[in-house]
Formats: sequence, structure tokens, C-alpha cells
Amino acid sequence: MANTSAHADHHDDHDHKPEGFLDRWLFTTNHKDIGTLYLIFAFTMVIIGAAMSVVIRTELASPGLQHVQPYFFNQMTTLHALVMIFGAVMPAFVGLANWMIPLQIGAPDMALPRMNNWSFWIMPFAFTMLLGTLFMPGGGPAGGWTMYPPLALQGGASVAFMVFAIHMMGISSIMGAINIIATILNMRAPGVDLLKMPLFTWSWLITAFLLIAVMPVLAGAVTMLLTDKFFGTSFFNAAGGGDPVMYQHIFWFFGHPEVYIMILPAFGIVSEIIPTFSRKPLFGYQAMVYAVASIAFLSFIVWAHHMFTVGMPLGGELFFMYATMLIAIPTGVKIFNWVSTMWQGSISFETPMLWAIGFVVLFAIGGFSGIMLALVPADFQYHDTYFVVAHFHYVLVTGALFSIIAAIYYWWPKWTGRMINETWGKVHFWWTMVFVNLTFFPQHFLGLAGMPRRIPDYNVAFADWNLISSIGAFGMFVTPWMMIAIFAMSKKQGAIAPQRPWEGAHGLEWEVPSPAPHHTFTNPPVIKPGMLAHGDVTH
Amino acid sequence: MSATGEQKKNGRVVKIALIVCVASFLFGFRVMPPIYRIACEHIFGIKYENKVADGAKVAAFKEDDARLVEVQFVGNVNSALNWTFAPEVFSVKVHPGVLTEAWFDAANLAPDAIVGNAVPSIAPNRASLYFNKTECFCFTEQTLKAGESRRMPVRFIVDPKLPADIQQLTLSYTFYTNEIATKRLAAQPAAVGPNS
Repeated sequence: MANTSAHADHHDDHDHKPEGFLDRWLFTTNHKDIGTLYLIFAFTMVIIGAAMSVVIRTELASPGLQHVQPYFFNQMTTLHALVMIFGAVMPAFVGLANWMIPLQIGAPDMALPRMNNWSFWIMPFAFTMLLGTLFMPGGGPAGGWTMYPPLALQGGASVAFMVFAIHMMGISSIMGAINIIATILNMRAPGVDLLKMPLFTWSWLITAFLLIAVMPVLAGAVTMLLTDKFFGTSFFNAAGGGDPVMYQHIFWFFGHPEVYIMILPAFGIVSEIIPTFSRKPLFGYQAMVYAVASIAFLSFIVWAHHMFTVGMPLGGELFFMYATMLIAIPTGVKIFNWVSTMWQGSISFETPMLWAIGFVVLFAIGGFSGIMLALVPADFQYHDTYFVVAHFHYVLVTGALFSIIAAIYYWWPKWTGRMINETWGKVHFWWTMVFVNLTFFPQHFLGLAGMPRRIPDYNVAFADWNLISSIGAFGMFVTPWMMIAIFAMSKKQGAIAPQRPWEGAHGLEWEVPSPAPHHTFTNPPVIKPGMLAHGDVTH
Repeated sequence: MSATGEQKKNGRVVKIALIVCVASFLFGFRVMPPIYRIACEHIFGIKYENKVADGAKVAAFKEDDARLVEVQFVGNVNSALNWTFAPEVFSVKVHPGVLTEAWFDAANLAPDAIVGNAVPSIAPNRASLYFNKTECFCFTEQTLKAGESRRMPVRFIVDPKLPADIQQLTLSYTFYTNEIATKRLAAQPAAVGPNS
């Protein structure tokens, strides 16, 4: 970017950016540049995934088949999920981790910078392979992102491409996770004790453990799919003595921790933003850390609630139901602590705070529908209906995605040295708030009325709410372009950001100039009272 | 820039993390399938293996004249297989501990020889541990030439320890195409089939 005038915009003696585009981006080992790459990649994937959802909602805007064939519709639902989960949400969080964790713990860079480069540059190849299947004879994978056999195995060559793409994404995530663990455990500046670390860093440390524990399980599951399809094994093939239900167990043993991989960093981000704009330390810091840890632990023993209808013994259903409902306790601790942080604070509603509060309110709705789905007798009614779709979009869009947008608004001044236009930021927020609820709230009603998910056509009785949901989706598709415009405008003509652009912000990332120089904390910072946001603090 | 001590510490984290990764890969790939089997058989009481009952165990069963259990039969064919398949009688009443025989009929409607496998299932699940088959057409591949039909037996004996509240159990079979064996059969020069 600024490489042609690299000499002109030195902010700092250590600001030696590599000359030349390839040296700067392809061979980079700098945590900030890699973080930027991850975020740009994730943003591209958001737009691709959102375009797919527009195809889906266009077809569903009215009953009957109008625009696409059912088989293509199924490819869209499958790829929309894979792209959004593995291409958008996860890389966006890894990008934020790359940018912020070294800054938050006073480290000069990530612990393993070359591996960091590698773990990013695998991703574009993985997704080229996955999306390339759309242009092949036989089309892309169409059996749903959960890849249940035997349906998923009925695809053509796309099965192999999908499996190898997932292997590559898994390798990338695992390397990213190892890097984050090594950085946090080994590179904290003196004085940044574990229980003084910012919550974003804490939540990522726990997320990274989840990643290295479950991504290989997914790799194992899809490898078994591959050998079943191409090498004549019968792991999941009933005709050969295998058991398709076993695939669901293995998949969701990965899948449920994966759900928390996509939400724990969001908890961390919101726990950074709310104290800043409430001008109070986070209420119950240690309780928040332990809540994240216990959610992570519980995620390993609840997986079968995704598959209550497979015909499990009663004892199994009861165990998984109660274990699932147990998760509401640490999650409730988090929600109440955010509310208590705001209680009697001097709150101001800058754009990042709006997104964070939007997160708390709407994520709670997703949590409530989650409790409803956890009840075995009710779940038999809800299973594979639009109610499930509404539930996981409330936790992933208004949960994970809202927190990512909040984080970008919050740390943007630190990254670029420019403020954003508050008016347009608020327009962006309220526009999204209206249309996201228009999209997903009616889906609760559709599901309760019995509309199944992953279906291109439906009974005319469902027509009205589907149309409203589609209008919401079209409104939502405006938001990524709005976001590009807002940030491009800020980069060009935004007000110059001070070192601490938010009045109540604490933490080491606000101790370096804005924009953060290419190299920071080459000498570990000396921690003074009041510098850290969390731990035993009074400010 | 950094001391070698730090590199050593990073190396240790990487080593431990990679061990965790390999362990969890093997867990998904090599450990979960057997655990699933053990959980089915020993925790939830669902028989997983489809094999000949242990002769010594079956021989020790004492006939329970006082009790009659109804055994129902169901025959299904997977939609990809162009066969018919049905039991000759739909239910029998048996005394636990008595060896009983039932017959199923299958016919190949397709123009080619097809190898099929029958996958059995017992309902209710918890009765499956008490249902013993001493002989079954589901233990082997069944090859039917075009238009051929076959009577196939199953011999079973219900364990007298079957929980008292179970008065009725259902033995159902689903026939699937054994694609690999069918392909192998088609590749052979059209000589005599293995079952003729």
C-alpha cells in the first residue's frame, strides 16, 4: 500500500516496512500485515457467501420454483455455510487475533511468524478449490455443510475437492491456533500476568485449545467419507456393515466445539468494548474468564443435541439435554456481567458500542431459542425446520458477525490512524439492525409452523413471512458495500486519530501511537498503574 | 532478536500442540468407531455386531414354557435395489429358549445379476442383546441372477432372560446393493455364479 512512499510516512524509528508489493504481502511475517490479509480475505468471503444467500432468498421469496433448479439451490445452501463458517467468521477472528494479541500483551510479534504466513496463504488455495467445484461438471457439493452420508457421498468429484479443501482449512486453523497459544504463553511482557490479560486474548487462548482439539476430529471424519466414497471402505455405509449415525456423532463431536470457536472470541471483543464506553472496569473479570473456560469444557459433552431425532436411547437424550441446558449458566454469567458493567456507567454510544450492545441483545435471543432447541420433546418438533435456521443465524450473524464489525470499528483508528464518520457508522448499524431482524425473526415463525430447512419450494401458507425474510436479506446485502464506503472514506479523509481515540479505553494497545507502527514493543513495555484494562485495576 | 531460550519455549508449545493434534485425529479416526461400538453394546444395550450367536451360550438356554413372546418380521429393500423381499409369515409366537426358523423370499427383478446384503435391526433396541441368530442369510452376500428368486432361512433363539416387560419384538431387514461385489461379478466372464 504505502510502499512507494515508505520513507515519507515513518512514524517511528522502527517502522521498516519491506519494499515491494510481494515482499510486503506474500512473504510477510509481520503480525499486523498478516492480520490485515486475514481480514481482507474474510471480507471477500463474506461478500461471496452473502451473494449465495441472496440467491437462496430470491428463490424463496415466493413459493414454487422460479429462478434456480433445486440442485443448484442445494449447492448454494451448502457452500453458503462452508464459506461463511470457514472462510468468513473463523479467518476474521484469526485476523483480529493476529492484529491485537501481540499489541494487547506487549509482544513484538507472534511467536512463530513464518508459520503465521503459511497458515494465511493456505486459505486462498483451499477456497479456490472449494469454490472451483461450482464450475466443474456435476457442480459443487450439495449435501449440506454437515456432509451427512449417504447423501453427501452421492456427489461427484466435488466430494474429493470438498474433503481436501477442509483438510487445508483445518491445517491453517491448527497452525494459527498453535501460534496464538505459543504467543500468549511465552511472549507476554513482564507484568502482564495470565489473570491480567485482556479478555479478547483470554477468549482466544481458550478458543485456540478448542481448535487444536477438534479440527483434527473433523479431518478424521471427512477422511473416512473420502475412503468410503473412493476406496471401498464402509465406515458409514450400512450396506457394508457401517453406521451412518456414527458419522453424525463424530461430526458433531467436532461441530459443537466449533460453534464455540465462532462465539468465544466474540465474547472477548464485547468484553473489551463495553467497559471502554461505560468508562468502568469490566464487572466480574475473573468470573468472565472462568465462564469462557467452562463453556469451552461443556462444549465437549453436548454434541448429540444436534441429533436428538436419530433414535438415541432415552438415557442419552436426557444426558445431552441437561448438559446442554447447563451451558445457559456460564452464558448467563457473561450476559449479566456485561449488563452490570454498563450499570451506572457513564455510557456513550459511539458506533463500536452500538454494535456491542446490539450483540448482547440479539445474541441473547439466539441463546433463548437455543434453550428451546435443547429440550428433547420440543426438539422433535423443531428439528430441521426454519426455527433452527433462525436460531443459528441469530448467534452467528447478530452474534459472531456483529462482534467482528464492532471490533473493526473499535480498533480501526489504531490500525489506520483515522477516525470513521460517526454518522455513517450509526446509519450502518441501524440499517443492519432493521434488516437483520427482518430477515431472521420471521424465520422463527416459519419454523414453528413447520417449514423445513434446505428446501427450494414450500407450501403457499408460508409465503408472506418468506417474502418479508427475503426483503430483509436484500437490505442486508447493502451493508458490506456500505461498510467498504465508510472505511474507504475514513482512510482518505477521516479525522486524524489520537493515540487513545476512545476516552475510556485502557490496555496496552492504546499505549502505542495511531496508526500502530510496523514494529511495536520491540522492547517490552514497562507496565505502570492504570495501564492495563483488566485484573486488579481501579480507574 | 529473541533469545534462544524463547525459541526453545516456543518449540515446546509447538511439540505439545502437535501431539494433541495427532492424538485428536487418531481419536476421531481410530478410537471413536470402537468407542461407539462399546457404548452401544455395554452402556445402551444395543447389539452392534451382526454375527452367529455363541453356540455354548445358546445351548445353555432353558426353555421357558410359561412365557410366549411375539416375534414380528419385516422385509425392506433399499430404493436403489430392484428386488422384492418379504417374510413368508409376518409374526410367530415363540417360547424363549426355543430354536425357531423363519423364511424370507427374495427375487431379482433387474436384468443383471446383483449381489445384495441384508442389514438386520431389532426393535425395541434393548431387546437386541437377547436375540440370538444361529443362522441367517444376512451373514453372507446374496447373489441373485436376473429373474432368480430364493427362499432364505433365519434361525433364532430368544434369550429367556429377556426383560419381562417386552412381549413383542420386531426383526426387520433391509436389503442393499453390495456395489463392490456386484461390480466384481459383472467384471467376471459370464461363467457360473457362485451360488448356482
